[in-house]
Amino acid sequence: MGEPAETDVVAFNAFQTVDPWRELKAYTDARIALGRAGPAMPTREVLEFSLAHARARDAVHARFDAKALCDGLTALGIPVAEARSRAGSRDEYLRRPDLGRTLHPGSREALAGGFRLPVDIVLVICDGLSAKAVHENALPLVTELRPLLNGRGLNVTGVVVNQGRVAVGDEIGELAKARIAAVLIGERPGLSAADSLGVYLTYAPRPGCSDAQRNCISNIRAAGMPAAVAARKMMRLMEQALELKLTGVGLKDDDETAPLLRAAEPETNT
Amino acid sequence: MAYTVTVGKTRWVFEDLRTLMARATPPRSGDMLAGIAAGSAEENIAAKMCLADVPLKEFLRECLIPYESDEVTRLIADTHDAQAFAPVSHLTVGEFREWLMSDAATTDALEALAPGVTPEMAAAVSKLMRNQDLILAARKCRVVTRFRDTIGAPGTMAVRLQPNHPTDDFKGITASVIDGLLYGCGDAVIGINPASDNPALLADLSRLLDGVIGRFEIPTQSCVLTHVTTTIDLIDRGVPVDLVFQSVAGTQKANESFGITLDILRQGREAGLSLKRGTVGDNVMYFETGQGSALSAEAHHGVDQQTCEARAYAVCREFKPLLVNTVVGFIGPEYLYDGKQIIRAGLEDHFCGKLMGVPMGCDICYTNHAEADQDDMDTLLTLLAAAGVNYIMGIPGADDIMLNYQSTSFHDQLFVRQVFGLKRAPEFERWLQRAGIADGDGALLPQHRRHALLGLVA
Repeated sequence: MGEPAETDVVAFNAFQTVDPWRELKAYTDARIALGRAGPAMPTREVLEFSLAHARARDAVHARFDAKALCDGLTALGIPVAEARSRAGSRDEYLRRPDLGRTLHPGSREALAGGFRLPVDIVLVICDGLSAKAVHENALPLVTELRPLLNGRGLNVTGVVVNQGRVAVGDEIGELAKARIAAVLIGERPGLSAADSLGVYLTYAPRPGCSDAQRNCISNIRAAGMPAAVAARKMMRLMEQALELKLTGVGLKDDDETAPLLRAAEPETNT
Repeated sequence: MAYTVTVGKTRWVFEDLRTLMARATPPRSGDMLAGIAAGSAEENIAAKMCLADVPLKEFLRECLIPYESDEVTRLIADTHDAQAFAPVSHLTVGEFREWLMSDAATTDALEALAPGVTPEMAAAVSKLMRNQDLILAARKCRVVTRFRDTIGAPGTMAVRLQPNHPTDDFKGITASVIDGLLYGCGDAVIGINPASDNPALLADLSRLLDGVIGRFEIPTQSCVLTHVTTTIDLIDRGVPVDLVFQSVAGTQKANESFGITLDILRQGREAGLSLKRGTVGDNVMYFETGQGSALSAEAHHGVDQQTCEARAYAVCREFKPLLVNTVVGFIGPEYLYDGKQIIRAGLEDHFCGKLMGVPMGCDICYTNHAEADQDDMDTLLTLLAAAGVNYIMGIPGADDIMLNYQSTSFHDQLFVRQVFGLKRAPEFERWLQRAGIADGDGALLPQHRRHALLGLVA
């Protein structure tokens, strides 16, 4: 350490200082060895960052195509209804998570008594914080899941919710008298992925269930956890839940599925 | 007791001090969510006018959260230093703001006053202060702490090197540590938020950082940010722990939701002190806070989120921490809606903490569902640098790939140093020179491929 720098290893691109440790990028997706222009990031890096943020913002505010999802579920032979939460606009959805957790009275009325009983599993598909994630990953997941559910003789029905949060599945699950509510929801977009789908499983769903009573499967997307893997994991967890009659901290998958609450940090999606 | 004010032809009545504070607080989505915010812009200002005339002493008489049911209130009341409070004890909240702005409030006077300031007093006066007032007053405060280096000395700003990795991959973390050190970051702490809570892995992460710091004799400290009880267990098992971390909030119930009590924090501090790993000081605690955490835990007792946050600093102050930072925009838009609210909250938190004698840093940050972007972070960073913030976060490219939010980057601290001439912790600055990373003025030197740090991931 401390020996003087040698001119042959310092690369200057006019006004840019290149970091001579770019090979470290092989070990992490973190934005390291970016180089600099004076104290600032190089122009290309500034724009790459802005692009990732723009994609995340677009995902948060993308218009949710509930009809396409309903059509998709129908095509898979799953009965489906469309509903909406009490959050009237995207702005209200972001400011008032409580409204996203409960059904609009009109939707509640429409759903009540409309389910063909008995329902074992109710699939609640919500836009959450990324409609993009739901558009791209919900139907592939349900397509993989459908034969697994059939194979076990489980009755499944679907509800597609506009402006929904995870807990809206509790109210829907209770109306459907479902044994398990499986909420498929767009996760909060990060810069590295704006299309991550999350699944939250709740046994004996009813309003008032806490996050500690749920299991979560995260990062479902083509470049993350593929739909087929997620479907098998979901099925495994649901079978255990039906056997143990619980979800949440008392239920652990045989592999890396973490209980939902790992740290006492606010859950922005639930 | 009710508080009233007549503005024009309208007589405003606020049923108690807690309500008055909530109505007087600057607009904030979290207080609206809680249903305690002012109903109109005029009510907000009327409440400020009413609050300006409340004597500071009133805050010693009327508890916002009952003494009997909340140990944070008991801590605040029982540790209040009446002698330190004496110089301002005759003032109203409005007069206190003027005292803070005046030449009477010197650095020495503010340092002496700190143990006499309750969080509610700090929060109250901050509600009457504009952003420039928050900067001016905080800049005059001096809170210096030490472990293996000296943080918070005037003219300096430190950086927490935050090398997180989504799977806690050791080489991935090490790569980010190297990148940060070569950018001159890490004097506040090298601190990992682990993805896992597996104790064996956390122990290995502690050893990893301890190895880097030991091998290169870096005058800084490490921290693996996990629950305080887990850290106590690690210490019991002989793991090399420098700083003991915990997230804290401003009410007993919110702290319970974090799984902590004041007594558990006391045990954590004692465990940390027992290792005697500090070389220039024994500030062993590292706390994180953030407006909205009490509401998120449904534990706010009708108290506005900024006041709850200031109460968290009373918890921090009790345990003589090396570092305290508000994670100001992490919580999301239902608490801090946009860049304007995040910026204001960051300045309030920094001011309140400093006024109370807490070594405040700030995680200047936002999530992708908030109405904010990197320009807002630049603005808050610049304002906090002007306000004399003790430290900020340094994250590769400002993009935390584990926690999925955006903060400040290694580059951002270079920007601050260039614009404001701020230095690093002196011990660390000298190490950077010895290591051939920075020159005598702290400017980065050109690097070559054979720097010894790069050998860490051969």
